[in-house]
Amino acid sequence: MSWSKIEMAKEALGLIPDGASINLGIGLPTLISEILPKKHDYIIHSENGVLGVGARPTKEQVSPTLINAGKETISVIPGASFFDSSTSFGMIRGGHIDYCILGGMEVDCERSLANWMIPGKKITGMGGAMDLVNGAKNVIVMMTHQNKDGTTKLVKQCTLPLTGKAVVNTIVTDFGVFQFDQEKFKVLKLAAGVSLNDLGSRELFVE
Amino acid sequence: MKNKIFKNAKEALFDVNSGASIMSGGFGLCGIPENCIEQLSKMDIKDLSVISNNIGNSGRGLVKLLKKNMIKKAYCSYVGGNPDLEEKILSNTIDLELIPQGTFSERIRAHGMGIRAFYTPTGYGTLIGEGKEVKEFDRPCILETSLGADFAIIKAQKADSFGNLWFKEAARNFSPLMAMAATTTIVEVEEIVELGGIKAEDVHLSGIFVQRVFQGSHYENAIEFLKVSEE
Repeated sequence: MSWSKIEMAKEALGLIPDGASINLGIGLPTLISEILPKKHDYIIHSENGVLGVGARPTKEQVSPTLINAGKETISVIPGASFFDSSTSFGMIRGGHIDYCILGGMEVDCERSLANWMIPGKKITGMGGAMDLVNGAKNVIVMMTHQNKDGTTKLVKQCTLPLTGKAVVNTIVTDFGVFQFDQEKFKVLKLAAGVSLNDLGSRELFVE
Repeated sequence: MKNKIFKNAKEALFDVNSGASIMSGGFGLCGIPENCIEQLSKMDIKDLSVISNNIGNSGRGLVKLLKKNMIKKAYCSYVGGNPDLEEKILSNTIDLELIPQGTFSERIRAHGMGIRAFYTPTGYGTLIGEGKEVKEFDRPCILETSLGADFAIIKAQKADSFGNLWFKEAARNFSPLMAMAATTTIVEVEEIVELGGIKAEDVHLSGIFVQRVFQGSHYENAIEFLKVSEE
């Protein structure tokens, strides 16, 4: 039994202390905004130029110029601010954002991430991901543990083009939560029913 | 103060020719210069270099120019949500430079600010860093050069006749940076106000960076993904 996507989002959010500033990437990480408690102290940053993203807007609040980086309509909280893209990435690159949570295609035990293209097959572009992984104080990757063909996404060395080299701090998958210990994946938590042998190459994982 | 008001997109874009480089503001479809793009799509020009975060999205915006094969080279950071562009990239029918979004905005800002190049950790150890000078500071960084253009086409909510601008909500994104980085900046707005109509302390971009302004019309202001609270 692996975790559902919502359970993964709860695990990721559980890693983040109250009051932290957070950038949420496109894809799985957006689920975190769905599970935020009504009252919380997080400060949500969106790289298109918003600090202080609030809940989904009411019909009256909807505005075409009020969107997040996933191009979804948002609201803002009291105390929010708008700024240009250079300032927004200055917040990221300058180390002013505490946590970023991104989707992933591969993470390797040297802490590198690949998530922006599969040569010849798919190209989404890196968007802000390369800046985020090099700038945010803590980098969390949230992704399914396995590809559709059953191969693991936690590998010895990424084969896809990198987003960042030696940049990841924590990985949350549907199988567990992982950090790094001497170029191995350190298992912090496993979903109920998942065993060490399910994770991938056994020698890459330590308890 | 010089009056920079033009009648419409057609008059404001009169000197854009084939081979021009054009920066276009907006994030996804938020804050895109709809009137300028529409006018460009009607002009008999080609081989454009277009610098824009998404080169349109969801079949709209700059996708109009893509579909007419007017764009020779594109500079952008994100292709997701733009199947027309992805198809051209995978079939090698467009020259593309993908740039990390923070580096993209900073290269543009740098050009406008007179900075020729800067070192950044973004992209180090990736395809983006290949062939670029690496220098070790507290960590390895790569050298990125500034990025300018012949024209910038941007949208603001309000302008006065000098070109002082005010942007609505998150529509600002790349637009003020592009305005600073282009030789000729053309701004379309929802509303033209009198000089002083935007209080000096509320001006988001000084008119010194703006050459032409016109009152836009027929704005679609499309929403890509409408999400509404159920309460």
